[in-house]
Amino acid sequence: MRYAILLLDAPYTSQAAHSALRFTRALLARGHDVEGVFFYHEGVHNAARLAAPPQDEPHLVDAWAELGRGHDVALQVCIAAALRRGLLDEQEASRHGKQGFSVEPPFELTGLGQLVDLGLRCDRLITFGP
Amino acid sequence: MTEDTPSAELLVILRHAPHGSSWLKEGLDVALVAAAFDRRVTLLFMGEGVTALLEGQQAGPLGQKGTAATLEMLEMYDVDSLVVEKRSLDALGLSGDQLMLPTREVTEAGIAALVASHALVLNF
Repeated sequence: MRYAILLLDAPYTSQAAHSALRFTRALLARGHDVEGVFFYHEGVHNAARLAAPPQDEPHLVDAWAELGRGHDVALQVCIAAALRRGLLDEQEASRHGKQGFSVEPPFELTGLGQLVDLGLRCDRLITFGP
Repeated sequence: MTEDTPSAELLVILRHAPHGSSWLKEGLDVALVAAAFDRRVTLLFMGEGVTALLEGQQAGPLGQKGTAATLEMLEMYDVDSLVVEKRSLDALGLSGDQLMLPTREVTEAGIAALVASHALVLNF
């Protein structure tokens, strides 16, 4: 089946991000297609490239990035929700006159239209939230 | 495909009041964007989400824009399928004539039918 994931909570705040990640891995292990993970609401914090959790804890941002690179899962971050919360890629950072940037590939900033497309295109969209 | 054609494509469920969090605003944003891309959208207001429809709302004292202006734009985007859970109205002591937009009231069974008849359901 073709799956899409919608993640609505930040990493290390609730179980949502851990569950979403484990569910996505389980889908891939079963041979399903995961076309994309969409990060919205507080979920955009999962794309924070500067996240530095203690070494003995799961690194959720790196784990998503690995799924994005290794399994061709699109990692789409709502641009409006992200910018508001300080999550900017290099291009947006420069456009807003900011020195650093906090989002990098394979995460991509994109619009909410992509969420609707993803949800309607796939057989199942599974939401994880607080 | 053996299933009936969905009555609409996207059901957005709104369960949070304005001002206290960004849930309502970010849920409405999805509905507006989908409608702007010509998707057929139904909005379902449940729980405290029904308070979004109360008349006479203003911006929040903390600088929140509020959502009344967005709701007023729905018609322009051809989103005219607004549904409220009757039980939520009752629980909050509200009635349909206190709401700023025409809505259809549904029971729990009606909600199950709504969820079943939409291709995509997003819950905020």
